[in-house]
Amino acid sequence: MTTNVNANTIVEAKNLKAYYITRAYGIERVVKAVDDISIQVKEGEIYGIAGESGCGKSSLLKVLLGAHQAPLTVVDGSVKYRFDGNEINALSKQEMEHKDVRWRQVSYIPQGSMHVLNPVRRIRDTFHDFIQAHRPMKRHESNELARNYLRDLGLPDKVLGAYPHQLSGGMRQRVTIALATILWPKLIFADEPTTALDVVVQRGVIQLLKEIQQKERSTLVLITHDIGVHANLADRIAVLYAGKLVEEGDTRTILKTPMHPYTQFLIKSLPRLDDRGARVGIPGRPPALENPPPGCRFHPRCPLAMDKCRTIDPPLITVQPGHRVACHVVTDAMLPEMPHAASA
Amino acid sequence: MQPAPNTNLLEVADLTKTFTVRQGFSSASFDAVDDATFTLQSGQPEIFTIAGESGSGKTTLARMIMGMELPTGGVLRYKGRDVAKLSGRERRSWFFKEVQPVFQDPFATFSPLKRVDHYLYETVANYKITDKRGADAYIDSILHEVGLSIMEVKGRYLNELSGGQAQRVSIARALLTHPSLIVADEPVSMLDASLRMSIVNMFRKLKDDQQVSILYITHDLATAYYMADRIAIMLRGWIVEMGPVEQVLGNPLHPYTQNLKASIPEADPDKVWTEKISLSEMESEEYTLTGCKFAGRCPHVMEKCRSHVPPNFAHEGRMVKCFLYE
Repeated sequence: MTTNVNANTIVEAKNLKAYYITRAYGIERVVKAVDDISIQVKEGEIYGIAGESGCGKSSLLKVLLGAHQAPLTVVDGSVKYRFDGNEINALSKQEMEHKDVRWRQVSYIPQGSMHVLNPVRRIRDTFHDFIQAHRPMKRHESNELARNYLRDLGLPDKVLGAYPHQLSGGMRQRVTIALATILWPKLIFADEPTTALDVVVQRGVIQLLKEIQQKERSTLVLITHDIGVHANLADRIAVLYAGKLVEEGDTRTILKTPMHPYTQFLIKSLPRLDDRGARVGIPGRPPALENPPPGCRFHPRCPLAMDKCRTIDPPLITVQPGHRVACHVVTDAMLPEMPHAASA
Repeated sequence: MQPAPNTNLLEVADLTKTFTVRQGFSSASFDAVDDATFTLQSGQPEIFTIAGESGSGKTTLARMIMGMELPTGGVLRYKGRDVAKLSGRERRSWFFKEVQPVFQDPFATFSPLKRVDHYLYETVANYKITDKRGADAYIDSILHEVGLSIMEVKGRYLNELSGGQAQRVSIARALLTHPSLIVADEPVSMLDASLRMSIVNMFRKLKDDQQVSILYITHDLATAYYMADRIAIMLRGWIVEMGPVEQVLGNPLHPYTQNLKASIPEADPDKVWTEKISLSEMESEEYTLTGCKFAGRCPHVMEKCRSHVPPNFAHEGRMVKCFLYE
């Protein structure tokens, strides 16, 4: 988990710790939003990050983008991008700006598309402003580029002449996605791209994201709390709980045979359209990150909690190739075959 | 057709709300809710879901039922009495006591500057439910119904509660007046997955224990399927399909309901979408279509769909507004 870098890893976060640190009247408050997270995203995959609100998934995304601002502070660890063999330190502002990484290589699809597009400029002008900033060109060239791109994506090009308020929510979100990907970035981060959309429109947006990703074999890091969206898009899923990575595996494993009690609860509590059997919510509530419980952060809500769960933080271990779990119960059950599991 | 008025808890007959939009000298009107008709029986509490996408008119319908919006057409009868003809005093002292709301965002329901228990005591005092000395015990008993106790709530401000707790307080407040109908507008959509099911389960329990009917307004068909008894699917102001939830969502008949059901992302790797869908380009234009409002997107569209409004047909134990089932 520490070294062993795959050649085709495009984003690598190592032992990343990012805390919200605020000082007021001499009192320091520390909120551990991202606590010791190590992940590797492979080139050309869709990597899903799942978790409830307040679990640190948006903070993790900000740090992965190198777009974090005070009070969110990276305390420890590193984030590196690898493009065509070049390594870029995402946490270094100079390196990111010098190499013009943002938007040309790395792009970001935000959640609230209402607040992203400039309300007093036509979509055409927003496209021009955006393209101009990264690849200087004449207005008619940028118009042409935008029109062709929208046509490729199956969107009506008459939206270019419209103002944001004239478009429906779903169309705005699709225009935002088009805007974020028009320079064909290799790496796309999306923060809840389909939340607050209607289901039919959501399906269209998911379809669009998948098309863009497959066309250029770009890499997509997708954050959403909606497990159904992950099931339809992601190749691998990481489950966060209270700032910790508790389980990571391919989508089928996480959905069908999750091992961490939190993931099991989460998957089991989802209502399904083919089964009206009783579902139970997870008892208790997520902890405040300012003062998380000691040991495993899930132990106050966990029915399997043992004594050591209350004191010792469970390490993230590889139970099968490509499947990592942080849970003492799982670790103990694996113990007899532990040497085998560790080498895998 | 018309049952005796005293057997219905809520009777919604041809309820219509027309909004007029003025732009310069021209004005356009559209029906946010068009001829909504359904009844809830009294004496047999049920969870009735109104489901639809944003802009389908489900919240406008709910606001009319709660008395927050005046209908422009049709009749709304509660326990046999026309709500529009109630006097101001009757509305306040009887109707608002009988019909209670639960809103979407518990953090917007309560003021952050007041203690949340204040709302509970205030409701008890306003409706003179108990005297001052009995209020503590009464509020505690109601909070127990929603899985809280007065110790957890007393003196607390909103920021000290979790989203699930705040929503429970909001539901407890609605229960204080012993309503016969709770109108819950997206009560769980702001809550996290792990807390959502406990609130949904609580609604199911309240229906049985408190004998209260619940009008559940949502866009989330999965929770609707889980908790509702009957469901009405709305599209651009129309109820397009209505019936028992197992039938409507188990085997949808209206092409729109089929489309809606197929668009729910399921957390199952074996049910990943393989086909593509097309979206309507100009959604707001659908309000002004002369025929069926789904005609622009419908795979089974016929000539008459574009020119005539489909009537309601009874088919397989439900109501469907589609010419396919003529």
